[in-house]
Amino acid sequence: MIRDITIGQYYQTESVMHRLDPRVKLLGTLLFIIALFSYKNPLGYALGIVFLFAVIKLSRVPVKFITKGLKGIVIILLMTVLINLFLTPGTTAVAIGKLTITYEGLAAALGMMIRLILLIMGSSIVTLTTTPNNLTDGLEKGLGFLKVFKVPVGDVAMMMSIALRFIPILLEETDRIMKAQLARGADFESGNLVKKAKSLVPVLVPLFVSAFRRAGDLAMAMEARCYRGGDGRTKMKPLVYKKRDAFGYLILFSFVGISIFLGRWHVISDFFNSLYVNYILK
Amino acid sequence: MDIVKTDKLVFEYIRRDEEGNPVDVTTALDRVNIDVKQGEFVGILGHNGSGKSTFAKHLNAILYPTEGKVFVNDMDTMDDSKLWDVRRSAGMVFQNPDNQIIGQVVEEDVGFGPENLGVPTKEIWERVEESLRAVDMIDYRKKSPNKLSGGQKQRVSIAGVLAMHPKCIILDEPTAMLDPSGRREVIRAIRGLNDVEKMTVILITHYMDEVVHADRIFVMDKGKVVMQGTPREIFSDVPALTKLRLDVPGPTRIAWELKQKGLPLPDGILTCDELIKEIQKCR
Repeated sequence: MIRDITIGQYYQTESVMHRLDPRVKLLGTLLFIIALFSYKNPLGYALGIVFLFAVIKLSRVPVKFITKGLKGIVIILLMTVLINLFLTPGTTAVAIGKLTITYEGLAAALGMMIRLILLIMGSSIVTLTTTPNNLTDGLEKGLGFLKVFKVPVGDVAMMMSIALRFIPILLEETDRIMKAQLARGADFESGNLVKKAKSLVPVLVPLFVSAFRRAGDLAMAMEARCYRGGDGRTKMKPLVYKKRDAFGYLILFSFVGISIFLGRWHVISDFFNSLYVNYILK
Repeated sequence: MDIVKTDKLVFEYIRRDEEGNPVDVTTALDRVNIDVKQGEFVGILGHNGSGKSTFAKHLNAILYPTEGKVFVNDMDTMDDSKLWDVRRSAGMVFQNPDNQIIGQVVEEDVGFGPENLGVPTKEIWERVEESLRAVDMIDYRKKSPNKLSGGQKQRVSIAGVLAMHPKCIILDEPTAMLDPSGRREVIRAIRGLNDVEKMTVILITHYMDEVVHADRIFVMDKGKVVMQGTPREIFSDVPALTKLRLDVPGPTRIAWELKQKGLPLPDGILTCDELIKEIQKCR
Protein backbone atom coordinates (compact mmCIF):
# COMPACT_ATOMS: atom_id res chain seq x y z
CA MET A 1 0.00 0.00 0.00
CA ILE A 2 2.77 2.36 0.99
CA ARG A 3 4.32 2.04 -2.46
CA ASP A 4 1.25 3.53 -4.10
CA ILE A 5 1.87 6.95 -2.61
CA THR A 6 2.76 9.48 -5.26
CA ILE A 7 3.79 13.04 -4.77
CA GLY A 8 1.71 15.79 -6.29
CA GLN A 9 -1.18 13.29 -6.60
CA TYR A 10 -1.59 12.87 -10.32
CA TYR A 11 -5.15 12.09 -11.41
CA GLN A 12 -5.09 9.57 -14.24
CA THR A 13 -7.58 10.25 -17.01
CA GLU A 14 -7.71 11.35 -20.65
CA SER A 15 -8.34 15.04 -21.29
CA VAL A 16 -7.13 18.06 -23.20
CA MET A 17 -5.58 19.41 -20.03
CA HIS A 18 -3.62 16.19 -19.55
CA ARG A 19 -2.25 16.32 -23.05
CA LEU A 20 -1.34 19.99 -22.92
CA ASP A 21 2.38 20.76 -22.88
CA PRO A 22 3.59 21.19 -19.28
CA ARG A 23 5.19 24.51 -20.19
CA VAL A 24 1.78 25.94 -21.10
CA LYS A 25 0.38 24.78 -17.80
CA LEU A 26 3.29 26.12 -15.76
CA LEU A 27 3.24 29.53 -17.40
CA GLY A 28 -0.54 29.44 -17.11
CA THR A 29 -0.36 28.99 -13.33
CA LEU A 30 2.12 31.82 -13.00
CA LEU A 31 0.06 34.23 -15.10
CA PHE A 32 -3.15 33.17 -13.36
CA ILE A 33 -1.65 34.01 -9.97
CA ILE A 34 -0.37 37.37 -11.23
CA ALA A 35 -3.79 38.14 -12.65
CA LEU A 36 -5.51 37.17 -9.38
CA PHE A 37 -3.44 39.62 -7.40
CA SER A 38 -3.95 42.48 -9.81
CA TYR A 39 -7.76 42.52 -9.80
CA LYS A 40 -9.33 45.56 -8.18
CA ASN A 41 -13.05 44.97 -8.71
CA PRO A 42 -15.45 42.02 -8.35
CA LEU A 43 -15.75 41.55 -12.10
CA GLY A 44 -12.10 40.43 -12.20
CA TYR A 45 -12.73 37.75 -9.56
CA ALA A 46 -15.85 36.63 -11.35
CA LEU A 47 -13.88 36.18 -14.56
CA GLY A 48 -11.19 34.29 -12.66
CA ILE A 49 -13.76 31.91 -11.16
CA VAL A 50 -15.40 31.30 -14.53
CA PHE A 51 -12.01 30.62 -16.16
CA LEU A 52 -10.94 28.23 -13.42
CA PHE A 53 -14.14 26.23 -13.60
CA ALA A 54 -13.91 26.06 -17.37
CA VAL A 55 -10.41 24.62 -17.00
CA ILE A 56 -11.58 22.14 -14.35
CA LYS A 57 -14.38 21.04 -16.65
CA LEU A 58 -11.85 20.53 -19.47
CA SER A 59 -9.52 18.53 -17.25
CA ARG A 60 -12.24 16.02 -16.31
CA VAL A 61 -10.88 15.88 -12.78
CA PRO A 62 -13.73 15.70 -10.24
CA VAL A 63 -14.09 18.99 -8.34
CA LYS A 64 -13.97 16.97 -5.12
CA PHE A 65 -10.33 16.11 -5.84
CA ILE A 66 -9.40 19.72 -6.34
CA THR A 67 -11.11 21.02 -3.24
CA LYS A 68 -9.28 18.34 -1.24
CA GLY A 69 -6.17 20.45 -1.63
CA LEU A 70 -7.88 23.28 0.24
CA LYS A 71 -7.98 21.34 3.51
CA GLY A 72 -4.30 21.94 4.01
CA ILE A 73 -4.60 25.69 3.93
CA VAL A 74 -7.70 26.18 6.06
CA ILE A 75 -5.68 27.67 8.91
CA ILE A 76 -3.74 30.07 6.71
CA LEU A 77 -6.98 31.02 5.03
CA LEU A 78 -8.67 31.70 8.37
CA MET A 79 -5.75 33.79 9.62
CA THR A 80 -5.62 35.99 6.52
CA VAL A 81 -9.37 36.50 6.61
CA LEU A 82 -9.36 37.45 10.31
CA ILE A 83 -6.41 39.81 9.98
CA ASN A 84 -7.95 41.52 6.99
CA LEU A 85 -11.31 41.65 8.67
CA PHE A 86 -10.20 43.34 11.86
CA LEU A 87 -7.18 45.37 10.88
CA THR A 88 -8.40 47.25 7.82
CA PRO A 89 -9.24 50.86 8.67
CA GLY A 90 -12.45 52.40 7.30
CA THR A 91 -16.15 52.78 8.03
CA THR A 92 -17.23 50.65 10.98
CA ALA A 93 -19.83 48.01 10.25
CA VAL A 94 -19.86 46.02 13.50
CA ALA A 95 -18.00 46.65 16.72
CA ILE A 96 -17.29 43.83 19.19
CA GLY A 97 -15.67 45.39 22.21
CA LYS A 98 -12.41 46.91 21.05
CA LEU A 99 -12.45 45.01 17.78
CA THR A 100 -14.16 46.61 14.85
CA ILE A 101 -15.09 45.15 11.52
CA THR A 102 -15.11 47.66 8.72
CA TYR A 103 -16.84 47.50 5.36
CA GLU A 104 -13.43 47.87 3.75
CA GLY A 105 -12.12 45.01 5.87
CA LEU A 106 -15.05 42.86 4.84
CA ALA A 107 -14.30 43.52 1.19
CA ALA A 108 -10.56 42.93 1.63
CA ALA A 109 -11.10 39.69 3.54
CA LEU A 110 -13.51 38.38 0.94
CA GLY A 111 -11.14 39.33 -1.89
CA MET A 112 -8.17 37.66 -0.20
CA MET A 113 -10.14 34.52 0.49
CA ILE A 114 -11.23 34.22 -3.13
CA ARG A 115 -7.66 34.86 -4.29
CA LEU A 116 -6.15 32.17 -2.08
CA ILE A 117 -8.81 29.59 -2.90
CA LEU A 118 -8.44 30.18 -6.62
CA LEU A 119 -4.66 30.10 -6.31
CA ILE A 120 -4.61 26.71 -4.61
CA MET A 121 -7.24 25.25 -6.91
CA GLY A 122 -5.45 26.63 -9.95
CA SER A 123 -2.10 25.15 -9.04
CA SER A 124 -3.52 21.80 -7.96
CA ILE A 125 -5.18 21.46 -11.34
CA VAL A 126 -1.67 21.51 -12.83
CA THR A 127 -0.24 18.84 -10.54
CA LEU A 128 -3.37 16.74 -10.97
CA THR A 129 -3.15 16.74 -14.75
CA THR A 130 0.64 16.48 -15.19
CA THR A 131 2.81 13.49 -14.30
CA PRO A 132 5.77 14.42 -12.08
CA ASN A 133 8.05 13.38 -14.91
CA ASN A 134 6.35 15.63 -17.37
CA LEU A 135 6.44 18.45 -14.85
CA THR A 136 10.21 18.13 -14.43
CA ASP A 137 10.66 18.07 -18.19
CA GLY A 138 8.52 21.18 -18.47
CA LEU A 139 10.54 22.96 -15.79
CA GLU A 140 13.81 21.94 -17.43
CA LYS A 141 12.75 23.16 -20.85
CA GLY A 142 10.80 26.17 -19.62
CA LEU A 143 13.63 27.42 -17.43
CA GLY A 144 16.23 26.55 -20.05
CA PHE A 145 16.97 30.23 -20.57
CA LEU A 146 18.58 30.28 -17.11
CA LYS A 147 21.51 28.33 -18.57
CA VAL A 148 22.73 31.68 -19.85
CA PHE A 149 23.24 32.64 -16.22
CA LYS A 150 25.16 29.40 -15.56
CA VAL A 151 22.27 27.77 -13.68
CA PRO A 152 22.63 23.98 -14.16
CA VAL A 153 18.98 23.52 -15.13
CA GLY A 154 19.49 20.03 -16.57
CA ASP A 155 21.24 18.75 -13.46
CA VAL A 156 18.59 20.18 -11.15
CA ALA A 157 15.86 18.58 -13.24
CA MET A 158 17.75 15.26 -13.07
CA MET A 159 17.94 15.56 -9.28
CA MET A 160 14.22 16.24 -9.09
CA SER A 161 13.32 13.23 -11.15
CA ILE A 162 15.67 10.97 -9.17
CA ALA A 163 14.16 12.27 -5.94
CA LEU A 164 10.72 11.42 -7.28
CA ARG A 165 11.86 7.96 -8.29
CA PHE A 166 13.28 7.25 -4.83
CA ILE A 167 10.32 8.46 -2.76
CA PRO A 168 8.50 5.12 -2.90
CA ILE A 169 11.73 3.20 -2.30
CA LEU A 170 12.60 5.27 0.76
CA LEU A 171 9.03 5.01 2.06
CA GLU A 172 9.24 1.27 1.82
CA GLU A 173 12.58 1.34 3.58
CA THR A 174 11.17 3.52 6.39
CA ASP A 175 8.38 1.02 6.79
CA ARG A 176 10.88 -1.83 6.99
CA ILE A 177 13.12 -0.08 9.50
CA MET A 178 10.15 0.85 11.67
CA LYS A 179 9.03 -2.77 11.72
CA ALA A 180 12.54 -3.89 12.56
CA GLN A 181 12.71 -1.43 15.45
CA LEU A 182 9.23 -2.42 16.63
CA ALA A 183 10.40 -6.01 16.71
CA ARG A 184 13.20 -4.88 19.00
CA GLY A 185 10.68 -3.26 21.32
CA ALA A 186 10.66 0.31 20.05
CA ASP A 187 7.58 2.35 20.88
CA PHE A 188 6.41 4.94 18.37
CA GLU A 189 2.89 5.45 19.71
CA SER A 190 2.88 6.55 23.34
CA GLY A 191 4.04 9.77 24.95
CA ASN A 192 3.71 13.38 24.00
CA LEU A 193 4.88 15.00 20.81
CA VAL A 194 8.49 15.46 21.98
CA LYS A 195 8.73 11.85 23.07
CA LYS A 196 7.24 10.65 19.82
CA ALA A 197 9.67 12.76 17.83
CA LYS A 198 12.57 11.39 19.87
CA SER A 199 11.44 7.83 19.27
CA LEU A 200 11.85 8.43 15.56
CA VAL A 201 15.61 8.92 15.87
CA PRO A 202 16.36 5.18 15.69
CA VAL A 203 14.40 5.14 12.44
CA LEU A 204 15.96 8.19 10.88
CA VAL A 205 19.59 7.27 11.50
CA PRO A 206 19.54 3.97 9.58
CA LEU A 207 17.33 5.59 6.96
CA PHE A 208 19.89 8.32 6.34
CA VAL A 209 22.77 5.88 6.27
CA SER A 210 21.01 3.75 3.72
CA ALA A 211 20.00 6.78 1.68
CA PHE A 212 23.64 7.83 1.45
CA ARG A 213 24.67 4.34 0.47
CA ARG A 214 22.01 4.31 -2.21
CA ALA A 215 23.13 7.70 -3.46
CA GLY A 216 26.70 6.41 -3.78
CA ASP A 217 25.57 3.31 -5.65
CA LEU A 218 23.31 5.30 -7.91
CA ALA A 219 26.01 7.82 -8.75
CA MET A 220 28.30 4.95 -9.71
CA ALA A 221 25.61 3.35 -11.85
CA MET A 222 24.92 6.67 -13.56
CA GLU A 223 28.59 7.24 -14.29
CA ALA A 224 28.89 3.72 -15.61
CA ARG A 225 26.12 4.60 -18.02
CA CYS A 226 28.04 7.65 -19.21
CA TYR A 227 26.08 10.35 -17.39
CA ARG A 228 28.23 13.48 -17.40
CA GLY A 229 25.93 16.35 -16.58
CA GLY A 230 23.11 17.91 -18.50
CA ASP A 231 25.07 19.10 -21.53
CA GLY A 232 25.19 17.11 -24.73
CA ARG A 233 22.33 14.84 -23.74
CA THR A 234 19.57 14.03 -26.13
CA LYS A 235 16.02 13.30 -25.06
CA MET A 236 14.07 10.14 -25.53
CA LYS A 237 10.83 12.05 -25.13
CA PRO A 238 11.52 15.64 -26.11
CA LEU A 239 8.82 18.21 -25.46
CA VAL A 240 7.43 19.45 -28.75
CA TYR A 241 4.75 22.10 -29.01
CA LYS A 242 1.65 20.94 -30.84
CA LYS A 243 -1.25 22.85 -32.31
CA ARG A 244 -3.28 22.57 -29.13
CA ASP A 245 -0.45 24.17 -27.16
CA ALA A 246 -0.50 27.25 -29.39
CA PHE A 247 -4.25 27.31 -28.88
CA GLY A 248 -3.75 26.98 -25.13
CA TYR A 249 -1.33 29.91 -25.10
CA LEU A 250 -3.79 31.97 -27.13
CA ILE A 251 -6.65 31.33 -24.71
CA LEU A 252 -4.38 31.89 -21.73
CA PHE A 253 -2.99 35.21 -22.93
CA SER A 254 -6.35 36.52 -24.01
CA PHE A 255 -7.94 35.55 -20.69
CA VAL A 256 -5.16 37.14 -18.65
CA GLY A 257 -5.12 40.28 -20.78
CA ILE A 258 -8.86 40.82 -20.81
CA SER A 259 -9.43 39.92 -17.16
CA ILE A 260 -6.63 42.16 -15.91
CA PHE A 261 -7.89 44.99 -18.07
CA LEU A 262 -11.51 44.63 -16.92
CA GLY A 263 -10.54 43.80 -13.36
CA ARG A 264 -8.60 47.04 -13.05
CA TRP A 265 -10.54 49.29 -15.44
CA HIS A 266 -11.51 52.42 -13.50
CA VAL A 267 -14.92 52.71 -15.22
CA ILE A 268 -15.97 49.34 -13.84
CA SER A 269 -14.29 49.96 -10.50
CA ASP A 270 -16.12 53.29 -10.23
CA PHE A 271 -19.42 51.57 -11.02
CA PHE A 272 -18.94 49.07 -8.19
CA ASN A 273 -17.80 51.86 -5.86
CA SER A 274 -20.94 53.86 -6.56
CA LEU A 275 -23.05 50.76 -5.93
CA TYR A 276 -21.24 50.31 -2.65
CA VAL A 277 -21.61 53.96 -1.61
CA ASN A 278 -25.27 54.15 -2.61
CA TYR A 279 -26.59 50.88 -1.29
CA ILE A 280 -24.36 49.72 1.53
CA LEU A 281 -23.29 52.89 3.26
CA LYS A 282 -26.76 54.45 3.21
CA MET B 1 40.80 -10.16 -30.41
CA ASP B 2 40.77 -9.39 -26.71
CA ILE B 3 37.91 -7.20 -25.58
CA VAL B 4 39.23 -7.04 -22.06
CA LYS B 5 42.82 -7.60 -21.09
CA THR B 6 44.48 -6.90 -17.79
CA ASP B 7 48.22 -6.94 -17.40
CA LYS B 8 49.57 -7.59 -13.88
CA LEU B 9 46.75 -5.52 -12.44
CA VAL B 10 47.38 -4.45 -8.85
CA PHE B 11 45.00 -2.42 -6.76
CA GLU B 12 45.55 -1.30 -3.20
CA TYR B 13 43.06 0.27 -0.85
CA ILE B 14 45.05 2.70 1.24
CA ARG B 15 43.62 3.77 4.58
CA ARG B 16 44.98 7.06 5.82
CA ASP B 17 44.92 8.72 9.24
CA GLU B 18 43.93 12.37 9.76
CA GLU B 19 47.27 13.70 8.54
CA GLY B 20 46.97 11.69 5.36
CA ASN B 21 49.71 9.22 6.24
CA PRO B 22 48.96 5.72 5.07
CA VAL B 23 48.24 3.45 8.03
CA ASP B 24 47.05 0.35 6.36
CA VAL B 25 47.35 -1.00 2.86
CA THR B 26 45.01 -3.71 1.66
CA THR B 27 45.93 -5.32 -1.60
CA ALA B 28 42.58 -6.02 -3.19
CA LEU B 29 43.99 -7.18 -6.50
CA ASP B 30 47.37 -8.81 -6.81
CA ARG B 31 48.91 -9.17 -10.28
CA VAL B 32 45.72 -10.21 -12.00
CA ASN B 33 45.99 -11.30 -15.61
CA ILE B 34 42.64 -11.91 -17.21
CA ASP B 35 41.82 -11.73 -20.88
CA VAL B 36 38.44 -12.06 -22.51
CA LYS B 37 37.87 -12.65 -26.19
CA GLN B 38 35.06 -11.34 -28.37
CA GLY B 39 31.88 -13.38 -27.94
CA GLU B 40 33.12 -15.30 -24.93
CA PHE B 41 31.15 -16.05 -21.78
CA VAL B 42 33.58 -15.73 -18.92
CA GLY B 43 32.74 -16.46 -15.31
CA ILE B 44 34.67 -14.97 -12.43
CA LEU B 45 34.14 -16.83 -9.20
CA GLY B 46 35.22 -15.97 -5.75
CA HIS B 47 34.18 -15.79 -2.16
CA ASN B 48 33.35 -12.49 -0.43
CA GLY B 49 36.41 -10.28 -0.31
CA SER B 50 38.20 -12.15 -3.06
CA GLY B 51 38.53 -8.95 -5.08
CA LYS B 52 36.12 -9.87 -7.83
CA SER B 53 33.98 -6.74 -7.50
CA THR B 54 37.04 -4.54 -7.33
CA PHE B 55 38.18 -6.19 -10.53
CA ALA B 56 34.83 -5.44 -12.17
CA LYS B 57 35.07 -1.77 -11.30
CA HIS B 58 38.41 -1.56 -13.09
CA LEU B 59 36.85 -2.64 -16.37
CA ASN B 60 34.53 0.35 -16.32
CA ALA B 61 37.13 2.90 -15.23
CA ILE B 62 35.36 3.43 -11.92
CA LEU B 63 38.59 2.41 -10.20
CA TYR B 64 42.06 2.84 -11.65
CA PRO B 65 44.93 0.37 -11.23
CA THR B 66 47.62 1.13 -8.67
CA GLU B 67 50.02 -0.83 -10.87
CA GLY B 68 49.66 -2.65 -14.12
CA LYS B 69 47.31 -1.94 -17.00
CA VAL B 70 43.71 -2.56 -17.97
CA PHE B 71 42.74 -2.53 -21.63
CA VAL B 72 39.12 -2.45 -22.73
CA ASN B 73 38.61 -2.76 -26.46
CA ASP B 74 42.30 -1.86 -26.83
CA MET B 75 41.91 1.36 -24.85
CA ASP B 76 43.89 1.98 -21.70
CA THR B 77 41.43 2.81 -18.90
CA MET B 78 43.96 5.26 -17.46
CA ASP B 79 43.64 7.40 -20.57
CA ASP B 80 41.27 10.21 -19.51
CA SER B 81 40.42 11.18 -23.05
CA LYS B 82 39.05 7.66 -23.67
CA LEU B 83 37.08 7.51 -20.41
CA TRP B 84 33.61 7.68 -21.97
CA ASP B 85 34.58 5.34 -24.80
CA VAL B 86 35.73 2.81 -22.23
CA ARG B 87 32.49 3.14 -20.30
CA ARG B 88 30.31 2.71 -23.36
CA SER B 89 32.34 -0.30 -24.50
CA ALA B 90 32.10 -2.07 -21.17
CA GLY B 91 28.55 -1.95 -19.89
CA MET B 92 28.14 -2.64 -16.21
CA VAL B 93 25.27 -4.21 -14.28
CA PHE B 94 25.47 -3.93 -10.52
CA GLN B 95 24.18 -5.98 -7.63
CA ASN B 96 21.33 -3.93 -6.20
CA PRO B 97 18.52 -3.58 -8.74
CA ASP B 98 16.96 -0.62 -6.93
CA ASN B 99 20.08 1.48 -6.91
CA GLN B 100 20.77 1.44 -10.62
CA ILE B 101 17.42 2.22 -12.17
CA ILE B 102 17.18 5.92 -12.85
CA GLY B 103 14.00 6.28 -14.87
CA GLN B 104 10.49 6.32 -13.48
CA VAL B 105 9.19 4.25 -16.35
CA VAL B 106 10.93 1.12 -17.64
CA GLU B 107 11.44 2.43 -21.17
CA GLU B 108 12.77 5.76 -19.91
CA ASP B 109 15.35 3.98 -17.82
CA VAL B 110 16.53 1.95 -20.77
CA GLY B 111 16.74 5.19 -22.74
CA PHE B 112 18.93 6.85 -20.12
CA GLY B 113 22.24 5.50 -21.45
CA PRO B 114 21.61 6.44 -25.09
CA GLU B 115 20.40 9.87 -23.94
CA ASN B 116 23.73 10.40 -22.23
CA LEU B 117 25.57 9.37 -25.37
CA GLY B 118 23.70 11.97 -27.41
CA VAL B 119 21.91 9.44 -29.60
CA PRO B 120 19.14 11.04 -31.74
CA THR B 121 15.60 10.62 -30.38
CA LYS B 122 14.37 8.28 -33.10
CA GLU B 123 17.30 5.93 -32.67
CA ILE B 124 16.85 5.91 -28.89
CA TRP B 125 13.36 4.49 -29.38
CA GLU B 126 14.69 1.78 -31.70
CA ARG B 127 17.44 0.86 -29.28
CA VAL B 128 15.06 0.78 -26.32
CA GLU B 129 12.72 -1.52 -28.17
CA GLU B 130 15.40 -3.94 -29.35
CA SER B 131 17.05 -4.04 -25.89
CA LEU B 132 13.80 -4.71 -24.08
CA ARG B 133 13.04 -7.47 -26.58
CA ALA B 134 16.45 -9.03 -26.00
CA VAL B 135 15.72 -9.47 -22.29
CA ASP B 136 12.03 -10.26 -22.88
CA MET B 137 10.74 -7.23 -20.99
CA ILE B 138 8.98 -5.48 -23.86
CA ASP B 139 5.54 -6.04 -22.28
CA TYR B 140 6.57 -4.01 -19.26
CA ARG B 141 7.88 -0.96 -21.10
CA LYS B 142 5.25 1.43 -19.71
CA LYS B 143 5.40 0.10 -16.15
CA SER B 144 6.98 1.77 -13.14
CA PRO B 145 10.19 -0.02 -12.04
CA ASN B 146 8.88 0.02 -8.46
CA LYS B 147 6.19 -2.47 -9.41
CA LEU B 148 8.58 -5.04 -10.89
CA SER B 149 10.11 -8.04 -9.18
CA GLY B 150 13.84 -8.17 -8.49
CA GLY B 151 14.55 -10.40 -11.47
CA GLN B 152 12.57 -8.14 -13.75
CA LYS B 153 14.41 -5.07 -12.45
CA GLN B 154 17.75 -6.72 -13.17
CA ARG B 155 16.61 -7.55 -16.69
CA VAL B 156 15.67 -3.91 -17.14
CA SER B 157 19.14 -2.95 -15.94
CA ILE B 158 20.66 -5.32 -18.47
CA ALA B 159 18.49 -3.78 -21.21
CA GLY B 160 19.66 -0.34 -20.09
CA VAL B 161 23.24 -1.41 -20.67
CA LEU B 162 22.44 -3.15 -23.97
CA ALA B 163 20.87 0.02 -25.33
CA MET B 164 24.29 1.66 -25.20
CA HIS B 165 25.55 -0.96 -27.68
CA PRO B 166 28.52 -2.05 -25.59
CA LYS B 167 31.25 -4.44 -26.72
CA CYS B 168 30.87 -6.48 -23.59
CA ILE B 169 28.67 -6.66 -20.51
CA ILE B 170 30.09 -7.02 -17.04
CA LEU B 171 27.64 -8.27 -14.44
CA ASP B 172 28.79 -7.77 -10.88
CA GLU B 173 26.85 -10.31 -8.81
CA PRO B 174 23.58 -9.51 -10.56
CA THR B 175 21.72 -12.27 -8.76
CA ALA B 176 23.02 -11.85 -5.23
CA MET B 177 19.88 -10.06 -4.03
CA LEU B 178 17.35 -12.15 -5.93
CA ASP B 179 15.20 -15.13 -5.05
CA PRO B 180 15.80 -18.43 -6.89
CA SER B 181 13.21 -17.77 -9.60
CA GLY B 182 14.57 -14.27 -10.16
CA ARG B 183 18.06 -15.74 -10.44
CA ARG B 184 16.95 -18.23 -13.05
CA GLU B 185 15.25 -15.46 -15.04
CA VAL B 186 18.34 -13.28 -15.05
CA ILE B 187 20.75 -16.11 -15.87
CA ARG B 188 18.52 -17.22 -18.72
CA ALA B 189 18.51 -13.67 -20.09
CA ILE B 190 22.30 -13.44 -19.83
CA ARG B 191 22.81 -16.77 -21.56
CA GLY B 192 20.40 -15.71 -24.27
CA LEU B 193 22.46 -12.59 -24.91
CA ASN B 194 25.60 -14.64 -25.28
CA ASP B 195 24.04 -17.34 -27.44
CA VAL B 196 21.78 -15.27 -29.64
CA GLU B 197 23.35 -11.82 -29.79
CA LYS B 198 26.93 -13.12 -29.46
CA MET B 199 27.47 -10.57 -26.73
CA THR B 200 30.67 -10.89 -24.73
CA VAL B 201 29.67 -11.53 -21.12
CA ILE B 202 31.72 -11.37 -17.95
CA LEU B 203 29.66 -12.77 -15.11
CA ILE B 204 30.97 -12.20 -11.63
CA THR B 205 29.29 -14.35 -9.02
CA HIS B 206 29.75 -16.69 -6.13
CA TYR B 207 27.08 -19.10 -7.28
CA MET B 208 28.96 -21.76 -9.18
CA ASP B 209 25.93 -23.21 -10.93
CA GLU B 210 25.52 -19.91 -12.79
CA VAL B 211 28.77 -20.35 -14.66
CA VAL B 212 28.43 -24.02 -15.55
CA HIS B 213 27.79 -23.01 -19.15
CA ALA B 214 30.58 -20.43 -19.34
CA ASP B 215 33.38 -20.78 -21.88
CA ARG B 216 36.03 -20.13 -19.30
CA ILE B 217 36.15 -19.57 -15.57
CA PHE B 218 38.57 -17.65 -13.40
CA VAL B 219 38.54 -18.34 -9.69
CA MET B 220 39.80 -15.56 -7.46
CA ASP B 221 40.89 -15.65 -3.87
CA LYS B 222 42.46 -12.88 -1.80
CA GLY B 223 43.02 -10.72 -4.87
CA LYS B 224 44.75 -13.42 -6.90
CA VAL B 225 43.57 -15.59 -9.76
CA VAL B 226 44.03 -19.05 -8.26
CA MET B 227 42.41 -21.26 -10.88
CA GLN B 228 41.44 -20.82 -14.48
CA GLY B 229 40.08 -23.03 -17.22
CA THR B 230 36.90 -24.47 -18.65
CA PRO B 231 34.08 -25.29 -16.21
CA ARG B 232 34.88 -28.99 -16.59
CA GLU B 233 38.51 -28.43 -15.64
CA ILE B 234 37.64 -26.20 -12.72
CA PHE B 235 34.90 -28.38 -11.29
CA SER B 236 37.02 -31.50 -11.48
CA ASP B 237 39.03 -30.25 -8.57
CA VAL B 238 36.40 -30.43 -5.85
CA PRO B 239 38.85 -30.39 -2.89
CA ALA B 240 40.51 -27.19 -4.12
CA LEU B 241 37.16 -25.48 -4.56
CA THR B 242 35.99 -26.55 -1.13
CA LYS B 243 39.17 -25.15 0.32
CA LEU B 244 38.32 -21.81 -1.32
CA ARG B 245 34.91 -21.97 0.42
CA LEU B 246 33.06 -22.24 -2.87
CA ASP B 247 29.99 -24.40 -3.25
CA VAL B 248 30.36 -26.95 -5.98
CA PRO B 249 27.17 -27.49 -8.06
CA GLY B 250 25.06 -30.34 -6.71
CA PRO B 251 25.56 -32.92 -9.52
CA THR B 252 29.33 -32.30 -9.54
CA ARG B 253 29.52 -32.76 -5.79
CA ILE B 254 27.48 -35.99 -5.85
CA ALA B 255 29.58 -37.38 -8.71
CA TRP B 256 32.75 -36.59 -6.85
CA GLU B 257 31.52 -38.19 -3.64
CA LEU B 258 30.43 -41.29 -5.56
CA LYS B 259 33.81 -41.47 -7.20
CA GLN B 260 35.51 -41.32 -3.82
CA LYS B 261 33.39 -44.30 -2.81
CA GLY B 262 34.69 -46.23 -5.80
CA LEU B 263 32.22 -45.64 -8.60
CA PRO B 264 34.15 -45.25 -11.90
CA LEU B 265 32.83 -41.81 -12.89
CA PRO B 266 34.76 -39.26 -14.95
CA ASP B 267 35.83 -35.93 -13.47
CA GLY B 268 33.94 -32.70 -13.87
CA ILE B 269 30.34 -33.73 -14.30
CA LEU B 270 28.31 -30.52 -14.52
CA THR B 271 24.63 -31.28 -14.94
CA CYS B 272 22.07 -33.73 -13.65
CA ASP B 273 21.56 -35.26 -17.10
CA GLU B 274 25.25 -35.97 -17.46
CA LEU B 275 25.38 -37.52 -14.02
CA ILE B 276 22.42 -39.80 -14.74
CA LYS B 277 23.96 -40.90 -18.06
CA GLU B 278 27.30 -41.66 -16.48
CA ILE B 279 25.74 -43.62 -13.64
CA GLN B 280 23.70 -45.68 -16.12
CA LYS B 281 26.91 -46.46 -17.97
CA CYS B 282 28.34 -47.91 -14.78
CA ARG B 283 25.77 -50.67 -14.59
